[in-house]
Amino acid sequence: MANLYEMTATELGRVLAGKKASSVEITDAFLKRIEAMEEKVHSYVTVTPELALDMAGEADRRLARGEGGPLTGIPMAVKDNMCIKGQRTTCGSKILHNFVPPYDAQVVSRIREEGMVILGSANMDEFAMGSSTETSHWGTTRNPWNLDMIPGGSSGGSAAAVAAGEAAVSLGSDTGGSIRLPAAFCGVTGIKPTYGAVSRYGLVAYASSLDQIGPISRDVPDLALILNMICGHDPKDSTSVPRAHEDFTAFLDKPISGMTLGLPKEFFNKLASPDVERVVAETRSVFEGLGVNFVELSLPHLDYGIAAYYIIAPSEASSNLARYDGVKYGHRAAKFSSMIDMYCRTRAEGFGPEVKRRIMLGTYALSSGYYDAYYLKAAKVRTLITRDFKRAFEACDAIFCPTAPSPAFRIGEKIDDPIQMYLTDVCTIPVNMAGLPGMAFPAGFSADGLPIGLQLIAPHFEEARLIQLAAAFQRETDHHLKRPPL
Amino acid sequence: MKITREQVDYVALLGRLELEPEEKEKYMGQLDDILKYMDMLAEVPTDDVEPMAGPVELYTPLREDEVKPSLPVQEALANAPDRDGTSFRVPKVIE
Repeated sequence: MANLYEMTATELGRVLAGKKASSVEITDAFLKRIEAMEEKVHSYVTVTPELALDMAGEADRRLARGEGGPLTGIPMAVKDNMCIKGQRTTCGSKILHNFVPPYDAQVVSRIREEGMVILGSANMDEFAMGSSTETSHWGTTRNPWNLDMIPGGSSGGSAAAVAAGEAAVSLGSDTGGSIRLPAAFCGVTGIKPTYGAVSRYGLVAYASSLDQIGPISRDVPDLALILNMICGHDPKDSTSVPRAHEDFTAFLDKPISGMTLGLPKEFFNKLASPDVERVVAETRSVFEGLGVNFVELSLPHLDYGIAAYYIIAPSEASSNLARYDGVKYGHRAAKFSSMIDMYCRTRAEGFGPEVKRRIMLGTYALSSGYYDAYYLKAAKVRTLITRDFKRAFEACDAIFCPTAPSPAFRIGEKIDDPIQMYLTDVCTIPVNMAGLPGMAFPAGFSADGLPIGLQLIAPHFEEARLIQLAAAFQRETDHHLKRPPL
Repeated sequence: MKITREQVDYVALLGRLELEPEEKEKYMGQLDDILKYMDMLAEVPTDDVEPMAGPVELYTPLREDEVKPSLPVQEALANAPDRDGTSFRVPKVIE
């Protein structure tokens, strides 16, 4: 038997069903792996061995009674912006360094109902603002494939943990690419579901019209299982859509012959790496071998995506982050002269540089005299980007494109250059603007051994189509089976 | 420059952020660069385009006005930096 920590959730489910190991034994193997890896990779903000072993014991008792689902007893990581009742949840920030939620996020409730095992809270860019996990108050996560490189962000801990065998699967959140980018950079599979498919109740808000929770895993079958668990309507989130979802596992073995993938030219003229170009060409020929047709098309407003996003997201953030005032929870400055002074000092001490930058930008864009020129203009451009996608889907079943213009970059390379950092998300942001489902999947490696993940985008609530396409691709290829040399 | 030192001071106050002088200098330059990048939006014709607030059709979910259990006061206060009985304690607001 292979090492337990190297197995997918689906394989671990078979181990449990065959009584070859208990959930406590599996969880113990992951906790030992975490202990061995954390010094190098730093995927976690908080590891919760007691909670994990409690949950594993409970899972074993359920399984012994013949109860439980396909994920019962499987260990996972949760991004540090999803509330776990009684466990510190910091959102990667000093301002929440001591926050212990009095309730569970809806996705955490689903994890408990299913009987999965929570290993801990995964590292992330502070308030999910970043593309590299370097803005975390708790220090950067390193890319398991090359420890000098960033893992992508903001869900860098969630992706690195799965890549390094520190969790079988994980949850991330994606506001402008924060699941797909780290999944691509760490050689794992991740999906941002349609906006409204998964409840945001208990997810610490960054930009509420863009944020969406989704899974990261080693392969597509695991992704389908987690989607089955977390998708669904939640009355506690008024943007969650009342709609029954498909059984995503029913699409894993469906043929894809006759399907059409769209190639938007605006995505491909941004490629900054011959490695990505090569991997795109190789992936295209695999799909063609499976009977998929390709059609070139155009998304004319794609180039305005970054500019519009970096008005809309910071505007929403400046409003959402007003709640960190040193009154209800989190950090409060020790010295102050008045109420306003208390707010200003608390926030100055509690927030890091990127969060302050975005609060400044968003506050400016919403301030009197600038609203029309910035926020309103960006909201109109958002309509045009959404229309472009709608038109594109008249000609294809899904869109095929890169996840990022190049593979992972070096730690420190872009941290002092906000615009270069923002441009990392050029291929992922438009998907959030339109609220579409998007998936990143391992498609190959650069010449120096870094994973390259490509992206598939589908119309609203067509996650099943992405599962179908990527599962077919993974049956033909072995990129997702490669493990980093740790 | 698109943004002045006075505007940085004003926006920092609106955002309730006490910034050091060198932070203000840094953000002034960076916000200027970012806002210059945003200028590209001006070239997109949007006169008859409706703005979009979010990707889903928002509706107002209605329900019966029933009392349901909510967070007990002490649990809601448990994370407060300063509290007194059943209240959050804050600095004096009214002079």
